[in-house]
Amino acid sequence: MTIISRRKLITSAAIGAGGLLSGCDALNRSAAFQDVLASAETANFAVQRALGDRMELASEYSIADLSPTFRANGSRDPGTADYTNSAAQGFADWQLRLTGLFRKPEQFSLAALQSMPQRTQITRHDCVEGWSAIGQWTGVPLKILLDLAQLQDSARFLVFHCADRLGGRPYYESIDLLDGFHPQTILAHRLNGAPLPVANGAPLRLRVERQLGYKHAKYVTGVEAVASLAGIGEGKGGYWQDVAGYEWYAGI
Amino acid sequence: MPEHPIIPVQARHHLTARIWHWINAICLLVLLMSGLTIFNAHPRLYWGEYGANNDYAWMAVGSSDRMGYLRFGEMRIETTGVLGNWQDSEGKTQKWAFPGWATIPSSYSLADGRRWHFFFAWIFSVGLTLFMIRSLWNRHIQKDLHMRKEEWRPSHIWRSLRDHSKIATIRQSSAKQYNVIQKLSYVGVIFILLPLMIWTGLAMSPAMDANWPLLTDLFGGRQSARSAHFITAFLLVLFFLVHIVMVLLSGPIRQTMAMITGGREVGAGQ
Repeated sequence: MTIISRRKLITSAAIGAGGLLSGCDALNRSAAFQDVLASAETANFAVQRALGDRMELASEYSIADLSPTFRANGSRDPGTADYTNSAAQGFADWQLRLTGLFRKPEQFSLAALQSMPQRTQITRHDCVEGWSAIGQWTGVPLKILLDLAQLQDSARFLVFHCADRLGGRPYYESIDLLDGFHPQTILAHRLNGAPLPVANGAPLRLRVERQLGYKHAKYVTGVEAVASLAGIGEGKGGYWQDVAGYEWYAGI
Repeated sequence: MPEHPIIPVQARHHLTARIWHWINAICLLVLLMSGLTIFNAHPRLYWGEYGANNDYAWMAVGSSDRMGYLRFGEMRIETTGVLGNWQDSEGKTQKWAFPGWATIPSSYSLADGRRWHFFFAWIFSVGLTLFMIRSLWNRHIQKDLHMRKEEWRPSHIWRSLRDHSKIATIRQSSAKQYNVIQKLSYVGVIFILLPLMIWTGLAMSPAMDANWPLLTDLFGGRQSARSAHFITAFLLVLFFLVHIVMVLLSGPIRQTMAMITGGREVGAGQ
């Protein structure tokens, strides 16, 4: 009697587990259910912004804490003719264009950016996949460029256009103005005291230290100020958001 | 005139306790399975602040040629068919660490795994917080979970352990009064392991770390917190297995029904 009921129980548990899995997959395919799940990400964003100090700095480390090798992920070389030519001459012709909702849209050469005040920070890079690497970054604070080009009142987001393509699409990312003006948000051109390697985003890479790695756009060619992300790419604010459903806010 | 005085029928498990139990059961299962999806994105664990492919992982799941393996330090265990190299429902070989039957969703999607994980993490965390407040308020902790002085004696714990290796004792046990082993495991799970899951989970968030660095520092870094998150999850799996074995041994139908309908106090009512 008990043996039968136990066996029954185990069998029904196995059926239940199988049902649970296919049930979860069915729910996972439902757009309405995905919206319900995504409400938690909205909550993450709202709560972290509400409870945290909006200008708090990410932890900084010492030289002794550096990762022996800084892992490169995503695009490791844009590989286009333009990029390869530019790399061959040390990116002397590289231009960073500030476009969109600026009062004075400008463009800067790499040399011009390097002659501006710089910030050096040793921070931990946290990938959405789970790994971390500590590196020392040097670059120009984005705030300096935003102040030079002067945002229009309607600007809400900054879109970073990149020279690399993944799966045929151009990589791009975006942040809001709060992260844009954050003191640790820099366009880095040096890693661990040397010019930024191609695999890590040469010549310019965004650092937005309180968010996950996919926000840190590499091979940056332009910063576009926009009122809404709707018209860019598929409108979700970034390459991975459009392609794989990653969240726009990557603070967790 | 009734012959017998009417004894009020009292549920063994309070309605809120039952609701919380089943919400937790669902949350923890989804959190585990979606957590395994997230783990599959980088099936290596490290100690310290940093850790990536070139750094030493104390634990890793991998695959080489036609075999999957689990590596602890220098020890490599072949896990072909289960970890690192397995067949999906269509018979195709997959090389993700955990197999599709153990993950949500069953085919790899880091974005979806994270969505499920965070949604159920919110429900679970709010539920746990409410339970803790309520347990202090209604004196559940002091009345039912508090360890009396004599219960801390090793001889008492040993006796209780010995008794609970006998099926007869397990059958007789009721939820009316917890024995020392039950008290220790429930307190350990509710007040240590479950909060540890939330803490180590938050410690991995770069925005949390920026605002409350102590959260991560107390664990010795983000990668240590990630390792602790994984280890604690498997301690909870272990608790779950013991819990299920105990339910099966002590009368699975009676116990499961009691957790659904509330059950009846032994000796009370008709």
